[in-house]
Amino acid sequence: MASATASKGGAGKSTLSAVLFYVFLTLFVLVSIFPLIWIFKMSIITRSELFQSPPTLLPGNPTGESYAKIFADAAFQQALINSVIISGVTTVICLFFGSIAAYAIARLRFGFKGIIMTLILAISFFPGVAIIAPLFIQFSTFGIIDTLASVIITDVVFALPLTVWLLVAFFRELPRDLEEAAKVDGATTIQAFRKVIVPLAAPGVFTTAILTFIFAWNEFLFATTFLLTPETQPVTVVIPNFASQYTTDYGAQAAAAVVVTVPLVIMVLIFQRRIVSGLTAGAVKG
Amino acid sequence: MSVAAEKKRKGGFLKREFGDPERRTAYYMVMPAVLIIFIVAFFPIMYAMVLSLTDSTVVQTGPFVGFANYVEMLQNPDFLEGLINTAAFTVISVTLEFLIGLGIALAINQAFKGRGLVRAAILVPWAFPTVISAVMWRLMFQDQVGVINYVVNTLGIISQPILSDRTLLLIAAIGVDVWKTTPFMALLLLAGLQTISADVYEAARVDGANIFQRFFRITLPLLKGTILVAVLFRTLDSYRIFDLFWAMSNRELESLSTFVYKSVRVSQLLFAQGNAASVFIFVTSFLLALFFIYGLGMQTSTEE
Repeated sequence: MASATASKGGAGKSTLSAVLFYVFLTLFVLVSIFPLIWIFKMSIITRSELFQSPPTLLPGNPTGESYAKIFADAAFQQALINSVIISGVTTVICLFFGSIAAYAIARLRFGFKGIIMTLILAISFFPGVAIIAPLFIQFSTFGIIDTLASVIITDVVFALPLTVWLLVAFFRELPRDLEEAAKVDGATTIQAFRKVIVPLAAPGVFTTAILTFIFAWNEFLFATTFLLTPETQPVTVVIPNFASQYTTDYGAQAAAAVVVTVPLVIMVLIFQRRIVSGLTAGAVKG
Repeated sequence: MSVAAEKKRKGGFLKREFGDPERRTAYYMVMPAVLIIFIVAFFPIMYAMVLSLTDSTVVQTGPFVGFANYVEMLQNPDFLEGLINTAAFTVISVTLEFLIGLGIALAINQAFKGRGLVRAAILVPWAFPTVISAVMWRLMFQDQVGVINYVVNTLGIISQPILSDRTLLLIAAIGVDVWKTTPFMALLLLAGLQTISADVYEAARVDGANIFQRFFRITLPLLKGTILVAVLFRTLDSYRIFDLFWAMSNRELESLSTFVYKSVRVSQLLFAQGNAASVFIFVTSFLLALFFIYGLGMQTSTEE
């Protein structure tokens, strides 16, 4: 649309519209990243500056106190470790089950394919909150309440549609001839998948891994339902509780928020192209 | 066709499905994913339905009471408040996200310098954990150190602390959600726009179509599929909103999901009613999805 309108009119008009366009873009970028910058500022200023009114725009006297405080907090360290374990294990399990299922859906012929794909995708419409009560009872029966396993199991199920959907899209893009050649040479379906498809699909699998990891890292509902003690809780559960623990120590709360988001922001900046291609693979049929 | 012949045909179908080695391998490959989904999602929702019809607590299943829990739930002011908040939140935030997202997508659907930077900026709010963005914004809305609270107080727009008024809190939550997910919406719509060929616009222009005609007659119809997918996902996502309300408000801003959570995990006196609300959320989500698919003609085919 914009491209359809831009070339109209004289040179003066197009300069003006270019200026307006960049003003609009700058505003948009600023609004998107402002909270992170502001919270970062809150995390590196002194307590007295934090309570100053009007608030200062630039940090007057940067300090690492807030960071020192939260990194000395054993509960916060434990929460970071828990988050890494939950997200990492969820990603590995999801990719394992997801990639074999996605391969079958993308490549093999079978009668119930449509039903199975619908079933898997239905999970992305499924409100997780609807099953926390029965799952709490079941997990208690199996004795896995307050263990990382409880959240990993639920995260895997709710990340699966994303994983399968993305991998099906990636697998379909790969040339069929290679597997066929492998099969002619006597490889079984499983061998063709493992030796030919998996290495070729590595970039797609990697993109899927990033998105699954972010999904599990950000999950909150199941973690706050099934994990009852600071020994097992991930950062998403622990940080909101800081509001009661560090009541008016807003600097520490800000520092904790920065620590949790910065790795994600870096990952996003490095892999933005891949992430965008992954995110849009589902919505637009290509 | 006679019954016997149909039976035979069916037997042939099953035989073909499970007799052929390649097809059998396919079923083995999808089996683990399907099984885990059944065990962890579909079985529990049936269990929730059973629990919602009984007078149960978290430790024991009680006697069958019919729809009594649903009746009590519908008379519970907390549930009704959650329902109203959730409906308002969903309708307003998804509408705003769609309109602003479409505007942004249309504006950046062209080659320009700094495209990578814009794309990165788009992804930053999306990558944030929702609870963490709630905590961040809460710090900015806070009445002692919050920059937004300071600005609106100074400008005289709002005089009371934002975080202690439920209506203001709901508005703030909508604002945070719009901030967080509009870029994502823009990204999806942009991907959809990029599949529309420039030739179509060119042809329309040659035929004398103006900018509005081009938008309503070409862009919107061709973008319909993408719009429906994006809006359905966002609608169902907003409808089950939990973490944002929970972390922004010291747990007093009610949504359907916070009602369920409080009933089954915090108070536990309302366990059965909480299960009724669970089933309510599940069924209404399902109906919403059906409405999009059949009512609005959303394409769900995943075939090549």
